[in-house]
Amino acid sequence: MTEASVSPGPIVLWLSSRFENLELGQAVLEYVCRVRGIENDAEHWIGVALREALANAIKHGNRQDPSRRVMLSLGGTADDLEIVVGDEGEGFETTAVADPLAPENQMKTSGRGIFYMKTFMDDVTFTRGARGGTVLTMRKHLGGDQKKGVQTR
Amino acid sequence: MKTTVTTRDVGDVKIVELHGKITIGAGDLQMREAIHAAVNGGAMKILVDMKDVTTIDSSGVGELVGCYTTATHKGAKLKLVSLPPKISDVLTVTQLITVFDVFTNEKDGLASF
Repeated sequence: MTEASVSPGPIVLWLSSRFENLELGQAVLEYVCRVRGIENDAEHWIGVALREALANAIKHGNRQDPSRRVMLSLGGTADDLEIVVGDEGEGFETTAVADPLAPENQMKTSGRGIFYMKTFMDDVTFTRGARGGTVLTMRKHLGGDQKKGVQTR
Repeated sequence: MKTTVTTRDVGDVKIVELHGKITIGAGDLQMREAIHAAVNGGAMKILVDMKDVTTIDSSGVGELVGCYTTATHKGAKLKLVSLPPKISDVLTVTQLITVFDVFTNEKDGLASF
């Protein structure tokens, strides 16, 4: 099968809750980006967001219980890349996450993951999974310059 | 690139060199252990060399903040040097770049203490 004949997706993986699996998720993302012509700069920032999403699902969602799985789906349309990450945890309230830019939170050692996801992706939503847990959906628009990179400054 | 953390001394400055990913379950703890060892060993001037860091995530950033706080509480100074643009961006968007003293090269970093 040639790369040109590969469908944009979705590619779906079920991962055990181990941090080593972040590397697997990253490798699949790199493959998808290569097939879809997403350039290195954009791939880097999408990768940062993906790692945050998977780490959140493993650590906060599934409490690092390797018997609980994390679902990763990479798909979307010709104009965007959609990443869905689902866990088998108890779910959480995103409104309870403190603003990491607030002065009182600036020197905290945690609480920046969702902020990074929202910074580096165009759309981030959290929903409750049909069987519990949290489903995170992130989207990156790929039209025009967005395919080439992410503005962070 | 495999994550490694090495240290060396230049005068009374402990240089902590980070290589590879500083991310959850990998380089974040290695970095913390190396910096805590330096602080607990009496180092008062610590320069964290990040030129070979390929990726840092929120866990790595959190550990870096924790190390800065630990060093400061012990009366030590912790500064950063040679940040690749993408690592600098990660610190910039969370406004942490203003918290750390950041230098473009080791010579300037050493001279700043």
